Parts: sequence; structure tokens; C-alpha cells
Amino acid sequence: MAKTKASQNGVAATKKKSQNSRERNAGIPFDPDLINGLNINRSAVERRGATLATRRSVKKNYQAAWLLKAIGFIDLTTLAGDDTRGNVIRLCAKAQSPVRQDILEALGMADANITTGAICVYHNFIKDAREALGNSGVPIAAVSTGFPAGHIPLKEKLKQIELSVKAGADEIDIVISRWMVLNSDWKALYKEVKACREACGNARMKTILATGEIPTLTKVAKASWVCMMAGSDYIKTSTGKEPVNATLPVSLVMTRCIREYYELTGIKVGFKPAGGIRTAKQAIAWMILIKEELGNEWLDPYLFRFGVSSLLGDIERQLEHHVTGRYSASFRHPLGGTTSY
Amino acid sequence: MKVKEIYKTLDYGPAPESDKAALEFLASRGNKFDQYINGKWKKPNSKKYFDSVNPANKTKLAKIAEGNEKDVDDAVKAAKKALPGWVKIGGHARARYLYAIARQIQKHSRLFSVLESMDNGKPIRETRDIDIPLVARHFYHHAGWAQLMETDLKDYKEIGVIGQVIPWNFPLLMMAWKIAPAIATGNCIVLKPAEFTSLTALLFAEICDQIGLPPGVVNIVTGDGKTGAAIVEHPDVQKIAFTGSTEVGKIIQRSTAGSGKKLSLELGGKSPFVVFEDADLDSVVEGIVNAIWFNQGQVCCAGSRLLVQESVAEKLYKKIRNRMEKLRVGDSLDKGIDIGAIVDKSQLETITKLVAKGVKEGGKLWQPSWSCPTSGYFYPPTMFTEVAPSSYISQEEIFGPVLVSTTFRTHKEAVKLANNTRYGLAASIWTENINLALDVAPQIKAGVCWINCTNVFDAAAGFGGYRESGYGREGGREGLHEYIKLKSESKLSNKPFTRKRVSAKSNGKHDLAMPDIDRTLKMYIGGKQARPDGGYSLEVTNPSGDYLAEVSLGNRKDIRNAVEAARKNNKWAGMVGHKKAQVLYYLAENLILRKEEFATRIASMTECSMAAALKEVDMSIDRIYTYAAWADKYDGHVHHTAHRNVTIAMPENIGVMAIVCPNDFPLLGFISTVIPAITMGNNVVVVPSETSPLSATDFYQLLETSDVPAGTVNIVTGYKEELADTLAKHYDVDGMWYFGTKEGSKQVELFAAENMKRTWVNFGKYRDWQDREMGEGELFLRKASQIKNIWIPYGA
Repeated sequence: MAKTKASQNGVAATKKKSQNSRERNAGIPFDPDLINGLNINRSAVERRGATLATRRSVKKNYQAAWLLKAIGFIDLTTLAGDDTRGNVIRLCAKAQSPVRQDILEALGMADANITTGAICVYHNFIKDAREALGNSGVPIAAVSTGFPAGHIPLKEKLKQIELSVKAGADEIDIVISRWMVLNSDWKALYKEVKACREACGNARMKTILATGEIPTLTKVAKASWVCMMAGSDYIKTSTGKEPVNATLPVSLVMTRCIREYYELTGIKVGFKPAGGIRTAKQAIAWMILIKEELGNEWLDPYLFRFGVSSLLGDIERQLEHHVTGRYSASFRHPLGGTTSY
Repeated sequence: MKVKEIYKTLDYGPAPESDKAALEFLASRGNKFDQYINGKWKKPNSKKYFDSVNPANKTKLAKIAEGNEKDVDDAVKAAKKALPGWVKIGGHARARYLYAIARQIQKHSRLFSVLESMDNGKPIRETRDIDIPLVARHFYHHAGWAQLMETDLKDYKEIGVIGQVIPWNFPLLMMAWKIAPAIATGNCIVLKPAEFTSLTALLFAEICDQIGLPPGVVNIVTGDGKTGAAIVEHPDVQKIAFTGSTEVGKIIQRSTAGSGKKLSLELGGKSPFVVFEDADLDSVVEGIVNAIWFNQGQVCCAGSRLLVQESVAEKLYKKIRNRMEKLRVGDSLDKGIDIGAIVDKSQLETITKLVAKGVKEGGKLWQPSWSCPTSGYFYPPTMFTEVAPSSYISQEEIFGPVLVSTTFRTHKEAVKLANNTRYGLAASIWTENINLALDVAPQIKAGVCWINCTNVFDAAAGFGGYRESGYGREGGREGLHEYIKLKSESKLSNKPFTRKRVSAKSNGKHDLAMPDIDRTLKMYIGGKQARPDGGYSLEVTNPSGDYLAEVSLGNRKDIRNAVEAARKNNKWAGMVGHKKAQVLYYLAENLILRKEEFATRIASMTECSMAAALKEVDMSIDRIYTYAAWADKYDGHVHHTAHRNVTIAMPENIGVMAIVCPNDFPLLGFISTVIPAITMGNNVVVVPSETSPLSATDFYQLLETSDVPAGTVNIVTGYKEELADTLAKHYDVDGMWYFGTKEGSKQVELFAAENMKRTWVNFGKYRDWQDREMGEGELFLRKASQIKNIWIPYGA
């Protein structure tokens, strides 16, 4: 098997020394030259997307370790019209102890303090979540700026952000104005996202492109660049409400933009695929994508999240299967915030 | 490794595919295989067996029978015996058999995949996801052709007993490409798998047995090159289909020269991978992975020559290096590797030697920082930059995971560099500009052009080369023609079709006694009448020996000049079909005006009746009309391939063609051969009838007055065999037709092997040029063109 050893002429030596990885993306001035020449070939990207997970395989203990790691990437989410304080509190409890203790013990990971990467709710539940999470260290993300369609005035968007930050949100998931992408009004998009970033203050900002409503991969790439230039901490595929949510081809395009942005600026922007990721197998496919396209450094909750509601349930079942050798059942694992699994 | 540790490193870890079922299969056969001949397993006459080794761990898998001439002879006899029954059973029954084979392959797909991977060293991902599905697809597709043969190809019949010799890089896939079209169309075959990789072909033989394929239809003989040679040389084999090196391809062509055996050769390549500055560079990188690190680079159509536009070269190189660092080399059965083992120690040594040569030549070598496992024959992905086109590794096939790159400035330069090779198998072109892509693709001399993709295959599209990458196609409608022939071929005769000779007097006004004005009949080169370089003339007489005229005695220098003139002309090939038709109609029109004169000439040269001579002129006009009609109709197909793309199968001209005309029918023989060749856009160098050349020398006046661009048709008169030899040897002649003697046919095939020109010779058999079935038709157009498949994926 291929072994990694100290590189002499390899990537590691040639890459720019990154700054403190906890440094945030402050953005760069709008530069149309960075997006004008972008051209993405859909068929070629889809070919790569289709073989990403067939070229790599993670088995046995490796699979268990990867799945445990995946839990730390989860933004455990509930964004439903029927959310109440009750199910949000349940969600927060699940985020703090996502896997049954006996399973963790069997895996030798009882002391690993495994939690999800964050929880993600509407503004109105920030306060409840704050109470439920206490000092657990699990961040609260709030969707904002007229989520999911974003059809409200900029002034209102900024106000929403400020209110959520004030209520205790650590992370703000904003939506972009898709019409600006459709009309190629990149400068306007830059300005709006930059304004949101300023409104976020110390809260980290995830910018949702809603790629299911962007007609071409080339525009996905351009929008990714504009949002990174404007200072996004993460770029995120979808709200979960579009007809098509996170896909591997879209994720490939976005992560490749993140890589080029890093090569240009030395700043690491995070990535969050959201919507449609429901199985452990899918989660591993996305992690393979990150590992292959961006490298292990990005397999870090600071730079990678899954926006999901039911993924955790499947991971729990797979972990139990790994430990017992028996296929699991969903009722054997404590419920979280949603009852969709 | 503990979960806790992996949690930190997030390594991939081993992911082995089980070899249990494959090992059990081998053990159940005693780890020893005989040959499948006439539906039975037969011990080799040599009583010898050789080892088949897993190159990823050097363990012996099984013993394989070493077949000799006697085994080959048994197999050919079995195939010959099975042939009438297999033809008679009909297309539908054959379709059922092929369908059954496809189904069985799918049912046992994992065993095939694992066994193939162990035998060859290629990653299980590739056998599982690419090779085996393509094998099944090939049999399904050709089951369809078996079904359709009697209606869609009703003028055609099988060729007979086919000998097939295949390489080790895609053992089962190459076998499918050979066997499926052959047996679908009613042929019976004797196939020899490569000595390194015989196992899956033997498993396939078991499947043939299981589905009850009639004995003798498929025969598998195992062994090395000597066994292959015995197949090639067997007198009862009517066709040889070979995939392998150009070197061996040439040996095969020389060995079968003059035998009348049909040949299809799919040979080596040094295929260009052309990247323009507006390409999606990250996708290009994945394209390169699929081009040169697919199957360890042991792919005849591997995109081994990276040509990248200067403006993005450094950026691309950096991306490629980063990607190479992440490639994984390892055991072929590991599900998480990109590159498996090199097939054999000898091949690994060849690669190592060539890479060392590249370094010595000054190429800049780059390999990833990690090292390969040492348990088997592994070689790391390798890239050379700053390599001059003149260097050895730029010109010669390495057949390993080694990319050689160089830069270009303009698209014109890209085309020049792409074509700066003796090979012409495939090309990959990367740009987001469809205008650029469709401008460049037809200009690259290659049988397959992949736009923004690479190494994509499908049973519905033809695959095969230009130049020294061989000839013939595999897959698609175009591939079928390698395994069928026109029923009308049975009409060919061992003797020329002659007309009754009549006395000169009975032709009335044609009076030989009357002295004519002495005319100087020159040759016609580059649109000009040309005197012979040697300054000699050749006397032309009628069959009774009466003097008629003198023509120029052309020599090798005249041939040289004519080929140069043909090469220089780029007007004719660039004209659209409609415009070519207009020129051809104009030729016919001018011929009508001089009908009497041409008829008189024919009568005087051949002593046929004036009526017969007039008929020949009429038929010549008719024939020109036929090809004028075809000029804007003999077009290609858009193939139904199993991908989201447009696959265009486009007939292209061969280039410079030499045509050695039949002696009989001085005008009609000339027209019937020259006109279809130029209709397809070729420029031709013609050696007209040696005995009756005057119709051709008269004809150049028509060429001059009918808007045929200079250099399209060049006429060199003289001794036919001598001129044919020079043409057959000429490196800048791409194709050659020869209508003459059996011996002359052999010479042409023999000499043509050197640069693999496409030849069509008559083996001393004659056509009746007055018979439409023999004298004209699509066959001539097919022989005057080659199919290029252009793959254009789409998606906004």
C-alpha cells in the first residue's frame, strides 16, 4: 500500500505555509478577473463525481473511525414549520451525546467527547438551544436573511443577522440572492454578502448558494468565488428546501474553488454540503471528496460540516453493526430533534 | 489499527476484495488448464504447460497449456467444420447465443472481475466497473447485429474461419471485441489470448460450453508468440484480427502478404492529449488520470503525450503533481487503489529503462514522494515536462504510467505537434470552446477523438487507428465490415473479363493506316503536363502489336514528384460534397462531348468493336454520375453510445492514395478506381493501364478543363510493377489500391507494411468493370475512407 513519507518535491513542501488555521476569511476586494475566465465542464465533473467513491473504500475499523469523525461534522438540523421548544431541546440533547455510550465504549472511544459539529435552527429557537446546550461547547447555528428564498430587503437581512447574533448564535447560515446569480450581477452579490459578513461580527458565516437554483456549474463556481471574496467562512450548497440539494458534482466544483482560493490567498474557507445526505455511505463519499480534493486539513469541523437531519441515525446503526456484527434497528437509538427517521 | 488512532489520521486502510471464489475456481480445475477446441478440453500436443502469475504478489495462479502448430491446426479444422452449420443456423439463433453469453457474463461478473484483476494486476475497480460491463455490453450489442444481419446486411456474408490474437492489457475486453462481431456475423474463430493473461478467456470458454454453443464456433488455443504465428500462417484461416504492438502488426502483414487473408490490426499509439487555455483545468487533471494512469498506462490509446498551451502549462503541471501525490498504488484486489501492478517483470524493466532514457535525454522527471509496494511489479505514476518532440520518449510508446508533456502556442501548432508521430490511434482535446474543438478534431490524424473526455469506449462506436496504429475498426457498424464480405465477391474471376477482338477495318472510320499527327502524351503532375524525369518513352501497341503512340516512361522520381504534388493540394479535400459533385458532373459533361474520340481510342488500343468501346465510354459517364451522386451522401452516423454525448462516426479521406489501375478497360478501369477515391476527398497518384494508357493520358485534358484542383489526380505512366513498388514503399503515401497480378498484390502488401498504408489489392482476381455489382458501390467508398469517431459529451 502506498505510504506517505516526508515529501521532498511533493505538495507539502510547495504549498504556502498556512497561517493559524483558526484565522477567519476576511475576504478580498472584488476582482472580476478571478471569475471571468471560469469554465466548468459538467460531463467531466460528473464523471469524477461518479468515480470518487468507487476509487476509494473504507472498511472495518477504518469505517467506524470515519463515521465517528463524520458525527463531528454534523450540523444537526431542524428547520421545520412545526418546530417547538420541545423538539429543539431534544435535538440539543442528541447533539451532546450523539452515540449510545455502550457503543462508544466498545469502540474504545468513550472518552473522546464526541458531539455533533453544531446544531442548526431558526432564529426563534436560539434562546432555547442556548439553555439546552449550556457549556457543552456545541455551537448554535441560525439560518438567516429570509431563509430559504431570501426575498426580503437587505436592511431586513442585516437586522435578522444582528438579532440572531445578539440572541447567542455562534454561526449564521445566510442565503444569497439567487437573482443576482441568474443575472450575473456579481458585484451586487459581493456587496450584499460582504454586508452580511460585517453584520455577523464574531459569528462565523456560512453562505448558502442554493445550487439547485443555479442553472450551470460555471455559475456555481462564480458564485462560490464571489462569496469567498466577500468573506464567507463556509460556502454551503443548499438550504435543504430546493428540489435538488447537495450533489457530489456541485460539491466538487465548490471545493475546487476553495482550493484555488486557498492557493491564491492562503486562507482556508470551509465547505458545507446540505440536504439529501442521509446515509453513512454518502457521508463517507463526501469525506473522500474532501480528503481527495482538499486534503486531511479540511476534515475538521472548523472547515467542514454536513447540513443534515437524519444522517446521524444511519451512522448510529452502522456503528452498532460494526460493534455487534448484527444489523441494527432505528428504535434502538435515542431520538434527536426530528422524527423523520 | 485501532479506531482511536484512525480517528486521528483518517487514513484509508486496506479494503481487499476477496479472492476466495477465484482461488476456488482455479483449484477446482486443478490449477491447470487445457485448450478449448471443438467444444472439448484438449491437452496440448507439446505436453507442456507454462505458469500464469499474479503480478501484484508474484504468486503462481495456474498452469496454462502451451499450444503448438498441431493444436492450432486442430482448432482451425474444428472451426472449419463448424462453419456451415453456424451460418445455416441463421441470425436469430446466433443472436440467442450471443445474448446468452452476455447474460452469463453478467451473472458471473464478480468472478470474471476478480480473476482478471489477479491475472493482469489491474485494479479491481477497473475490471468491476469498466472492463466486465463493457464485455457484456459488447455481446448484447452484437446479439443485435446477428439478429439484423439478414435484413440490414443482406448483401453480405461471413468471411469464414477467423484467427484472433489478443494482448494482455485488456484480456477479456479485447476477447469480446474480437469474438462478438465475428460469431454474430456467422464466422467461426480460433483465438489465442496473451500468454500472461489466459485465465479469463478459459473461463469464458466454460461459459460457451454452459450455454451450449455449437462445438468449433469458438476455439481457444493458448501459448506464446509462436502459437500466434501458427494461427496467422494457417492456410485455412481467412482473416486475422490482431491487437498488439505495431512491430508484431507489421510482421503479421508481411507474413500474410499476398495470401488473400483479410487483416485488421489494432496497434500501438502515442496519443496526444491536447489542453487549450480555456479548458476546465481541474477536469483536465482527472482526464489525465484516466488517460495515462488507467490500467497502469498499459493502454494502446493512452493519452501519453500531453500537449498544453503555454499560457496555462505551469498551472496545469502543478495541479497534476498535486493529484499524482494523492494517487494510490497497490494490490490489484484492493478496492481503494488507483494503479495496480505492471503485468510482468519484463514490462516493468522496459518502463524503467525508457524512463531512464528520458532522464538522460534531459526531460524533467517528477514522481510522487511516496514509494510503491515491493511485493509485486509496481511502478509509480510519472510525469516528464520540458520534453522535446524529438526525444525518444516523445516518439515511442512506453506502455506504462508515464506522461510526457510539452507546450504549444497556437491551435495550429497544437495540431502539428499532435500529428508529429507515426501513430494515429486516439486523441483527447480539452477546451470549452466548441468552435475550437470541432476545428481541431478533424485535423488530428487519429481514429478516435475524445472531446473533454478520454478512454471512453462503447460497443456501438468504432475504435481503431490511422497510420501505424493499424487499420480496421472494432465496434459499431464500421467494425462489422471487418467480419463480413459482399456476396458478389464470388463473381470475381481468375481471368480478366475481355471483349471480343475485331479487325481494325470492321471499326469503319478508324483507319490505322492513316498517319496521325504526332502528339506528345505526357504525364500529369500537380495540374501540369509533365515530361518524364528519365527522358525515355514507352511504346504503346494494340494487341496485334501495331504501334499506336508513345507515352512517358515514368520512374521513381516522377512518382516522388507526383506524391509531393498530391500532398501539397489541400483544395480538393476541403471542398464540400456538393461542390465535389459539381466538379464530377462537369467531368462527365466534358467526357460526353468527346465520347466518339474516347471510344475510338479504346477501340484502337484494345481492338474491341466500336460498339463495345462506346459502351465503355457510356458506362464511364454513368460511373462518374454514381460517385457524383454519392459525393454528398456517403456520410457518417451518430452512434447510440451508452453515454450522454454525441458520438459522430465520420468518414474521412485517407490522404494521399496510390492507384494502380487494371490493364483491361483502359477508360472504365481508370474511372472506376480513380473517381471513388477522389470522391472521398483523397488526392491520388495514378498508374494507368500499362498496356493501354492512352485513355488516361487523354483524360488529363478533361481534368484540366473541369475545375479539378491541381494535384488532385496525378498520372504517371510507365511500367506498372516498378511504379507500384515505389508507391508501396513511399512513406508519404497513406493508402494504395492495386489491380494487377497475384505476385504484384503480394509485393504491395509486403512493402506497405512498413508504414501500414491501407491497401486494397486484387490478389490476381479480376472484376468485370461493366458489372455494377463488381465495378462500383459503397465498397469502393469504404475502401477510400476511414472512420473517425468523435466523442462530444454535453451538459450545461
